[in-house]
Amino acid sequence: MEIKTHKMYLNLGPSHPTMHGTLRILLTLDGETITDAVPEIGYLHRCFEKESEGHTYTQVIPYTDRLNYVSPLMNNVGYALAVEKLLGIEAPRRAQYIRVIISELSRIMDHLVAIGTNVVDIGALTNFWYFFNVREMMYVWVEALTGARLTNTYTRIGGVARDLPEGFADGVRKCLKDLGSAVKDVTGLLVKNRIFLERTRDVGAIAGEDAVAYGFTGPCLRASGVAYDVRKAHPYCCYDEFDFDVPLGVAGDTFDRTIVRIEEMRQSTRIIEQALARLPDGPIINPEAQSALPPKAEVYNSIEGLIRHFEIIMFGIRPPAGEVYGYTEAANGELGFYILSDGSGKPYRIKVRPPCFAIYQAYPKLIKGHLLADAIAVLGSLNIVAGELDR
Amino acid sequence: MAKSVVEQLRQRFGNALLETADWRGDEVAVIRREELVSICRWLKETPELALNFLMDICGVDYPERSQRFEVVYHCYSLATGRRIRLKVRVSESDPVVPTVTGVWIGADWFERECYDLFGIKFAGHPNLKRLLTYEEFEGHALRRDYPRNKRQKIPTPDPLIS
Repeated sequence: MEIKTHKMYLNLGPSHPTMHGTLRILLTLDGETITDAVPEIGYLHRCFEKESEGHTYTQVIPYTDRLNYVSPLMNNVGYALAVEKLLGIEAPRRAQYIRVIISELSRIMDHLVAIGTNVVDIGALTNFWYFFNVREMMYVWVEALTGARLTNTYTRIGGVARDLPEGFADGVRKCLKDLGSAVKDVTGLLVKNRIFLERTRDVGAIAGEDAVAYGFTGPCLRASGVAYDVRKAHPYCCYDEFDFDVPLGVAGDTFDRTIVRIEEMRQSTRIIEQALARLPDGPIINPEAQSALPPKAEVYNSIEGLIRHFEIIMFGIRPPAGEVYGYTEAANGELGFYILSDGSGKPYRIKVRPPCFAIYQAYPKLIKGHLLADAIAVLGSLNIVAGELDR
Repeated sequence: MAKSVVEQLRQRFGNALLETADWRGDEVAVIRREELVSICRWLKETPELALNFLMDICGVDYPERSQRFEVVYHCYSLATGRRIRLKVRVSESDPVVPTVTGVWIGADWFERECYDLFGIKFAGHPNLKRLLTYEEFEGHALRRDYPRNKRQKIPTPDPLIS
């Protein structure tokens, strides 16, 4: 006897614990199999690009914290580099090394969240605690350095805001040591775990060619076997002075994406250790940068210092008219800032190229034909952050 | 030293190039709207260029110009590591640009976002709907004349599948 069935529609999100932010997907289900999926984004649209047109270049930095809020320091660095390209200046070497250290710390923290929450979604809670313990300790040092846990606003145009606090190097080394054992524990629990393998192998796989066509970057692209990493291809901030490898996957499935992230954390550890060992002395902000605030003693005790301070705060820096596209390797892939300047103190237009945006549009393709529960596993492995997706 | 992308573009599509620039290491070419798709396809498929990555599409609004809008494409080549920025200019009365989703499938959402925020239409796009805002949203938020503090009606939910 033939059983008559009809399609079922299921709204996944926007407010659901597994949706990691506010994402809405309307699924068409045949039993538990996904036959169609339509995502809707924009729930977290905060008009970053519109708001930035009414602020000075320095005032935009806090807004960049809120793009990928899992690794805000990297957005700060990416934005600062783009504006520096516009100005034609460079940060001093010490600032560049500090930027490398905080970028790699952020990458580790981002991957910790991505993997931790992803495996929670597929039923492995312990790993989450192992990872979040380490992440918490790293946040202590991020807080000591920037004064904030989440909304760091740490870079300045031409450098960074503060120098490293006392004990930073040793504290971070201790964190990295703990990270090493956490990664060991988690890989021990996952890599040969039959449940994990069956939930992730060949689930949401994408071939390298398709991944490029969709504009994938970052760990999701490298999991498909395409070796593109901005840090290697177009080194910025002295990345060419560090010895590290770019891990690649083969199948481009959820398993590979997880493993690539785990390996990237090991590589980031190597970079931070090298950077801490070779940290150069010197200024942390380019004194030529118009954005460099004069030292407080000068502001309070001399009229020139006070005027300079006032001008920078009130009118901002004035880059030459022109346009640049600055790009960095953020935790999820290429984070681009396309900045247009008309020569005034405020950007004429800023366009952010969030890595998630290109990745998320392939999501329906990745989950079609899979089971409903797989959609959750795939979403977590893509690490979609609504903050940068919707801006 | 191989010839720059703009050089090669000029050789092949000389009369479709309206302006070129090279500032701070970014190569820029302003091209004719009619030639956009064929240029993109050529850039992607010519082996020595192989600009196989479409990184970004965005709009820019210049209210004082006769050709009010610019659509900006950022392309990247994995093989050569080169980038180029293509620009197409359109007027407010005829804000239509041919879609490049046929060349790079990833152009889909970037074009939708551009349509949403600037009102630039992409002819031939498979699903040209608003992306970040909603269907009843009035105006296009990133146009320069859209007030930053404007308020909108509360939307009704989109059924997504009809």
